[in-house]
Amino acid sequence: MNWKPTAIPTSSPMRPEAVAEMITTSALAPAPRTLTSAETALAAQFAQMSPTLPGSRAVHDARALAMATLAQNGLPTRKVEAFHYTDLRRLLTVVPPVEGAEERASMAPLVAGSVVLDDRALSAVLPDGLTVVAMADGLKADIGGVVPHFSGADDAIGIINTAFADHGQRIVIADDVALDQPLEIRHGVSTGQSHSLDHVTVGKGASVLIIDRHHGGTDGAALVSHVTDLTVRAGAAATFVIIQDHGLDTTHLGKLRLRLEEKAAATVFVANFGGQLVRQEIEAVAAGEGSSLTLRAINLIGGQTHCDVTLTLGHVVPNTTSTETVRTVVTGRGQGVFQGQIRVAPIAQKTDARMACNTLLLSDDASFATKPELEIFADDVVCAHGATVTEIEQDHLFYLMARGIPEKAARGLLIKAFVAEIVEELEHEALVEALEQRIDTWLEANA
Amino acid sequence: MLEIRNLHARIAEDGTEIIRGLDLTVANGEVAAIMGPNGSGKSTLSYILAGREDYEVTEGEILWNGVNILEMDPAERAAAGIFLAFQYPLEIPGVATMQFLKVAMNSQRKARGEPELSTPDFIKIVREAAGKLGISMEMLKRPLNVGFSGGEKKRAEILQMTLLQPTLCVLDETDSGLDIDALKIVADGVNALRAPDRSVIVITHYQRLLDHIVPDTVHVLSKGRIVKTGGKELAHELEANGYSDIIADAA
Repeated sequence: MNWKPTAIPTSSPMRPEAVAEMITTSALAPAPRTLTSAETALAAQFAQMSPTLPGSRAVHDARALAMATLAQNGLPTRKVEAFHYTDLRRLLTVVPPVEGAEERASMAPLVAGSVVLDDRALSAVLPDGLTVVAMADGLKADIGGVVPHFSGADDAIGIINTAFADHGQRIVIADDVALDQPLEIRHGVSTGQSHSLDHVTVGKGASVLIIDRHHGGTDGAALVSHVTDLTVRAGAAATFVIIQDHGLDTTHLGKLRLRLEEKAAATVFVANFGGQLVRQEIEAVAAGEGSSLTLRAINLIGGQTHCDVTLTLGHVVPNTTSTETVRTVVTGRGQGVFQGQIRVAPIAQKTDARMACNTLLLSDDASFATKPELEIFADDVVCAHGATVTEIEQDHLFYLMARGIPEKAARGLLIKAFVAEIVEELEHEALVEALEQRIDTWLEANA
Repeated sequence: MLEIRNLHARIAEDGTEIIRGLDLTVANGEVAAIMGPNGSGKSTLSYILAGREDYEVTEGEILWNGVNILEMDPAERAAAGIFLAFQYPLEIPGVATMQFLKVAMNSQRKARGEPELSTPDFIKIVREAAGKLGISMEMLKRPLNVGFSGGEKKRAEILQMTLLQPTLCVLDETDSGLDIDALKIVADGVNALRAPDRSVIVITHYQRLLDHIVPDTVHVLSKGRIVKTGGKELAHELEANGYSDIIADAA
């Protein structure tokens, strides 16, 4: 649903110059707010870039609306409920230059044999039943094209992505196709900025494992926004694994919009390993009867990283299920956030939703905030949530050390055990192994 | 050789003194049984040997082969050959048993400057040792001790001891919770480890285990001190008459 502030006309296509004017006017409007340096930089960047960004008239309108909304409202602060623990206005301090060094080093796929879909270099050979089209073409198309959108003034990720998205892919898995090979959708950035939009449709009765891999940003500051619109059609089964493995100077603003149709089953697995400022939103709707969502997240947060995973899940029809398990390890001066909002509509009887958030806090300077929210408007449902925050069990540590395992390695084993339980649920041996290896290297560096 | 001299120790948290001037010597190749009533400090002694931080040594020393171990952390002590078979082995969810065994064996080898085991060698060694203790490889696929019965946990402890080949084995009430068949399996496992260069301390309430693991010496612990030392017949005496006479004599 597009959100339209009444003050801004959006019915006619807007010239880029008009946008620049509007932003300026807005900044000078009565009761002025001071734009932060990041907000100013984004506005200036948009004024300069917007003529060259790909898009139909409708897309350009959407971009202009997004930027005008940002200029008017600024980035969300902690006063905005959804950003209470991630004050984006305060935390987003650096907007690096748009053009950075290209990250095009050849890299093996995480799981050998995967079909690699690179968002800036489309692969020529694809298995049967898989169609991939460049998003830039979709944005430019007047008919049957893609128009990015955001849900309101508080949808900062949607806004930034709508304004700047210039690449990505439209991926369709045809009905009844079971893809044996995993798909690895690769999003690389070295420095600078990357704003990408993917639309993924898993056809009726199809099944697929998709690895949504975000990497790079290790050579300097980077700003990444990425939105995936994922639709899982009737009877389809999709596993969607988001791996955020950016360098420690990267801001990663991610959003997954997920729609589950009748009897669709989706597993969404989020693994956060890096980044400086990370917000991964998941907006899911169990829109078809008999659909189920399994959300699993592991967040390994160290250094000065601020990492936020925010879920909003709507159960809007009867007989849907969801389980959510989030395991977070925070060390150093890291800060972790998990917000989980589950809404059960009045007609959504027999909903079964269970959410758990477990955190291992490893240093005195680390912190973690969690906020479960259940909004239940149906009376015949099972909904539960629970949260724990613990340290490493001294008894467990002693047991392992008493067998000759040095303290650091013993701690590593215990921390890994805490997150590996969730990883192993993926039941894809090569993927589990790859994730566990990454966990090992993270532990080596951080624990 | 283990030499404990005038050991005093208390619970770190509340300062309660548990060990009050304990002297004990266990020679290489010796199997020493430590018996005593509840609360006499038996388990505390085993934890102090293994290096648990919950206890604070306030006086005395523990020499293992001439080296004071009180400065070592639990992992260093294990690498030096000390092994505690726990009374209540912990379940550690998420840590795969095989991985744990491999890391433990290789950590000790590394600390001693020996090369690490290859995976095939490791599996072969584990398979053989597990077979003798009636432990299936299926069981070892589970997370460490998770879902093991009491008897399985005790057998798993003896398996670890067999694999790590310690030179000082401390068995803390290994007989508790075992039926007679399991007791025999465990005792056979311990007896197989008896060697001239290995010392064993068997902590137990009851004579029963000592019928299967026959000790060279028996020591009675009461109120944090050894109050009587004798041969294996002392255990039978205790079984027949209880602790009260000996403790009263010592007082």
